[in-house]
Amino acid sequence: MSRRAPKLGRGVALVGAGMSKFGAFADKSSRDLFVEAFNAMTESVDKGIDTKDIEALYVGNFSSDLFEGQGHVAPIMADWVGLVPKPATRIEDACAASGVAIREGVIAIASGLYDIVLVSGVEKMTNLPTERVTDTLAAASDAIYEASCGFTFPGLYAAMATAYMAKYGASVEHFMKVGIKNHNNGALNPKAQFNKSIKDLMGSRIEKAKQKGELVPDWREELDFLKDPKANPVVAWPMRLFDCSPITDGAACLLLVAEDLAKDFCNDPIYIVGTGQGSDHAMHEREDLTSILAARTAAREAYEMAGVKPEDIQIAEVHDCFTIAELVAIEDLGFFRPGEAYKATNPSIPQGVSNPRGILWEPQEQGRRWKYGARCGAKQVRGRSQVKTSTSP
Amino acid sequence: MTEEREVSSASFYQFLAEKKLMASRCQKCQALYLPPHPICTKCYGNDMEWVEMKGNGKLAAFTSVAVGPSCTLEEGYDRNNPYLVGIVELDEGPKVSGRIRGLDPKKPENIKIGTPLTVEFLEQVEGKRCFLAFKAE
Repeated sequence: MSRRAPKLGRGVALVGAGMSKFGAFADKSSRDLFVEAFNAMTESVDKGIDTKDIEALYVGNFSSDLFEGQGHVAPIMADWVGLVPKPATRIEDACAASGVAIREGVIAIASGLYDIVLVSGVEKMTNLPTERVTDTLAAASDAIYEASCGFTFPGLYAAMATAYMAKYGASVEHFMKVGIKNHNNGALNPKAQFNKSIKDLMGSRIEKAKQKGELVPDWREELDFLKDPKANPVVAWPMRLFDCSPITDGAACLLLVAEDLAKDFCNDPIYIVGTGQGSDHAMHEREDLTSILAARTAAREAYEMAGVKPEDIQIAEVHDCFTIAELVAIEDLGFFRPGEAYKATNPSIPQGVSNPRGILWEPQEQGRRWKYGARCGAKQVRGRSQVKTSTSP
Repeated sequence: MTEEREVSSASFYQFLAEKKLMASRCQKCQALYLPPHPICTKCYGNDMEWVEMKGNGKLAAFTSVAVGPSCTLEEGYDRNNPYLVGIVELDEGPKVSGRIRGLDPKKPENIKIGTPLTVEFLEQVEGKRCFLAFKAE
């Protein structure tokens, strides 16, 4: 059977976006975070949205079951913003849960079933002690054949990192530089968990030591700080604390509508022109331990649907759960040849800030702020020519 | 058929307890699966047989885990006493995950990808279940 080129049945547009503050909030449950993101989303819609017009909810959530003892989260989220009895579906696809929720919303509208869909991602992780968060995250690995012998989720990415280092000659410093760049980007977003660059963090620790009359650490630059095992302890070597995304509570909501309705909600909607999704084997069954087949498959589908090539992309936000994940992602997305991404860690690669992931946006004209980022209160990093010119897979 | 046991994870772990590392092989196209798969994902045949691996291989990827799951805390590991886990490529071809022993988890920077390893069968502290490990010579 020959494969048909992927395409959407009709156009879909993004007309609203909002996110909660990200962080550790002892007094907030996943539904509170969801409501916060929902309110921010409704405020972002230029011409307003009447909740009664929303026809369905897709919510990405990895594991409220284990994090909060709450399964079946979708109808609860729907109820808390007044969507009951509309269909509410939870998507569980590990780190890709919210990205896939967006895609399911896109598919639902493109199919003609709905015109107006709310999509969301929500996770409440900080109730549990670290070892139980580790257990919960390891549930996204193969429990029978990976977690059983002691693999953790950071450990799996760390193993990819050792394979990457051996194959291509990357060092731990390359990973650290990815973290420095991402924390710089996070500092631009008032809703980010730490909202601080490594340099500022380092400065405030030195200041604190001085005030307390303690031994002042001898850190001259960020890499000194990141190489200090006291400041940046190993989680799963070679991934250290600042190579890993933190344990976080947060939520985000997007409003998707059929293309022909988009101008009823805002004057400059963002049109979704491509989406892709894939799957992969457990790590040990992958032919190549330095690349993710699911990402390559998803990218190919999205590019094909949108009619673009990797070199056409001006800005990308990639999954950076661990610093190695970003290097692998920008290779799998075709921005760099295999084994080349780490060499680009000096001129920093532009990236957005902690939002739901997995959709290609319509290329924006030069200099225009990415609306979604702006609406979330973040400053948008500008696309740089390196991404466009240094890649020709 | 070398063994009549069902191709399943339960059988795999029964074999491990008997100190045998067993893969499944498609009788039609000879593709080898470890962990054992019940359906051949290359030719879609489902006539699989068990085949014992010699247990020799080399390190393909690894990590030294300082922040471990609850079960490894029970084993006595923690931030100051990390353990190694990795992916081993067997001489027969398949790769598999296992605990790595005989190398220093506190000096992971000295561990080389490609280090030769031999299978070990570890008992969990309190459980009856055996899990897969590999040891450096």
